[in-house]
Amino acid sequence: MTTTPHQDAPTREGGEPGDPREVVLSLSGIHKRFGAVQALTDVRLEVAAGEVVALVGDNGAGKSTLVKVIAGVYQPDSGDIELAGRRVKVGGPRQAQDLGIATVFQDLALCDNLDVVANLFLGQERVKGGAIDEVAMEVEAWRLLRSLSAKIPSVRIPIAALSGGQRQTVAIARSLVGKPKVVMLDEPTAALGVAQTAEVLNLVERLRDNGLGVILISHNMADVQAVADRIVVLRLGRNEAEFYTDEVTTTDLVAAITGASDNVVASRAARGKEQAHG
Amino acid sequence: MAESTVVKTSADQLDERLIANASDPLGILRAFWARLRGGDLGSLPVVFGLVVISIVFYVKEPVFLSSRNLVTITQFAAPVGIIALGIVLVLLLGEIDLSVGSVSGASAAVMAVQIVNSGRPVIVGIVAGMLVGVVVGLVYAFLYTKLGVPSFVFSLAGLLAFQGVLLYVLGSDGTINLPSDSWLLDFARFKFLTGTASYVLVVLIGLAFLASRLLSQRSRTKAELSAPSTVSILVKAGLLTGGLAYLTYYLNIGRGWSYLWLFFAALVVAMDFALRRTRWGRHVFAVGGNEEAARRSGIKVTRIYLSVFVGCSTLAAVGGILGAAQLTSVSQATGTTDTNLTAIAAAVIGGTSLFGGRGSAYSAMLGILVLVSISSGLNLIGVDSSVRFMVTGGVLLLAVAIDSVSRRARSSSGRG
Repeated sequence: MTTTPHQDAPTREGGEPGDPREVVLSLSGIHKRFGAVQALTDVRLEVAAGEVVALVGDNGAGKSTLVKVIAGVYQPDSGDIELAGRRVKVGGPRQAQDLGIATVFQDLALCDNLDVVANLFLGQERVKGGAIDEVAMEVEAWRLLRSLSAKIPSVRIPIAALSGGQRQTVAIARSLVGKPKVVMLDEPTAALGVAQTAEVLNLVERLRDNGLGVILISHNMADVQAVADRIVVLRLGRNEAEFYTDEVTTTDLVAAITGASDNVVASRAARGKEQAHG
Repeated sequence: MAESTVVKTSADQLDERLIANASDPLGILRAFWARLRGGDLGSLPVVFGLVVISIVFYVKEPVFLSSRNLVTITQFAAPVGIIALGIVLVLLLGEIDLSVGSVSGASAAVMAVQIVNSGRPVIVGIVAGMLVGVVVGLVYAFLYTKLGVPSFVFSLAGLLAFQGVLLYVLGSDGTINLPSDSWLLDFARFKFLTGTASYVLVVLIGLAFLASRLLSQRSRTKAELSAPSTVSILVKAGLLTGGLAYLTYYLNIGRGWSYLWLFFAALVVAMDFALRRTRWGRHVFAVGGNEEAARRSGIKVTRIYLSVFVGCSTLAAVGGILGAAQLTSVSQATGTTDTNLTAIAAAVIGGTSLFGGRGSAYSAMLGILVLVSISSGLNLIGVDSSVRFMVTGGVLLLAVAIDSVSRRARSSSGRG
């Protein structure tokens, strides 16, 4: 096991003046077991309002399981989930949405045959007198997209006509329809081009500036370091390390993710160094 | 939204990349052409097909376009059209129901037995027949959502099984004649809307169209969104009313609009509203487009499947009952293969995609008109029914081919 910087909910050395960030989502002691596999062991995670927390880890580190626990898809075996200081039980995806936890899934989950407005409000359509209130929805759609400075030419074109980045924009805008407190983005930049990735990262920053807590799951270290305030590393279902982005190098990060300092080679190298010094 | 542009532009027209916001007639034409090239054909092929069919048969046999023949076509298209309307629903989910014909036959038989053999009132017979449809739909939904049986398989099983039910219910008689003095037969055979009443209906439809468009225009303008101009709305309403008035005039030379056809048309309009303007309809399109996305959005996918399968079978039952009333009897041949495939073909020919998520209630109406016109025209010029089947098969193939090609054009031009 490596050293774990910021063992407890990190209070930054020196602290940022005038920064009483309110913790919106806090998980502690989360355990989840699938049959013989202990997927999550005593995992904790905190997100404050206006903060981007990146969740990184190798395949099988437990990221997806943790995301699904937060999104209400899985129930943890034990552990507490607190939302804005209040203990909650997330019974299902619908309940998570109602509580204010929005998730943007990796595979987008948009309907290609419907237009942007229909997709934004899918499952939460505005109804007036028994019929769908298209006008109210269109107005709200423009308001949402403008608040993200999104570049969508028209909200009346089918999703299939949009580029990958624009689709991701719609998916993220959709997560905001229910006025959430926390937004989880699962690999939002996977399969996107350079410019589109930048577009989505801008979007993530805008979510943060709007005072939302953002959890960003990504394999891309460059993206993570570009937008995250804090990086939480999971390894083999445990909290491996936690860094402030401006205090960490990519090498440290990769070492924590792969557990590179936890193997024979690394310990030999460390021993060699000690001997050389000694 | 409150950008203070010098020229006040609607909130949805601000993006400089928008090309299609020209509101002059030329711009509208250009946008229309661009949509066609992008594979968004809508009901254009089937309307074009109807025109071609009319011209070809008219040249061969002018009686085809006579008022009398058109009245007959609309009247006989209605029952199978209602069945096709149900097929549109299942196709929107990307599923299929091969058994609608058999279900319609079985429902008609149950109704006939209730009315004739058990001597119950007509309305009891109708309700009993419709219940058959409801129960069949419930069973299908259970098989699909709980057991995961593909719709192709259970509806193929239903195709055979309900033909058996038809024979069983009819028993040794083989044919049951419906009482000729019942209001159901009267409704299906002899009721026509003609004279002043028909024109009043046309004007009412025109006014309703105008009012709904003007209301929508007003609420859009109030919300600072782009809205169609009053002139274009008036022109559309005028064209609609004028067209309908001419058709009414022409049909009134014969017997006029049959009640059966008006009932079918009312069902189509109601279904169109339900599909386009209600949450249920939106969710049907969503499930047909991307079931997983629909589920994650909190849509109760199982309920959508349930409502659609029940709706399809119930509409099949209604179509079967009205068809039987029109033919005054239920026989062992009621609702056999011909009905089945005609209903499915009508929905597809009308422009509802076999791949799910794309289509409209009007496709049932347009499709069944094409098929009934073809068979009527071929009858008039004295062609054998063997040829009729071949032609119908060819038209169906053409429709599916158009669907596939336009789907490809859509995916290459990004129109879903």
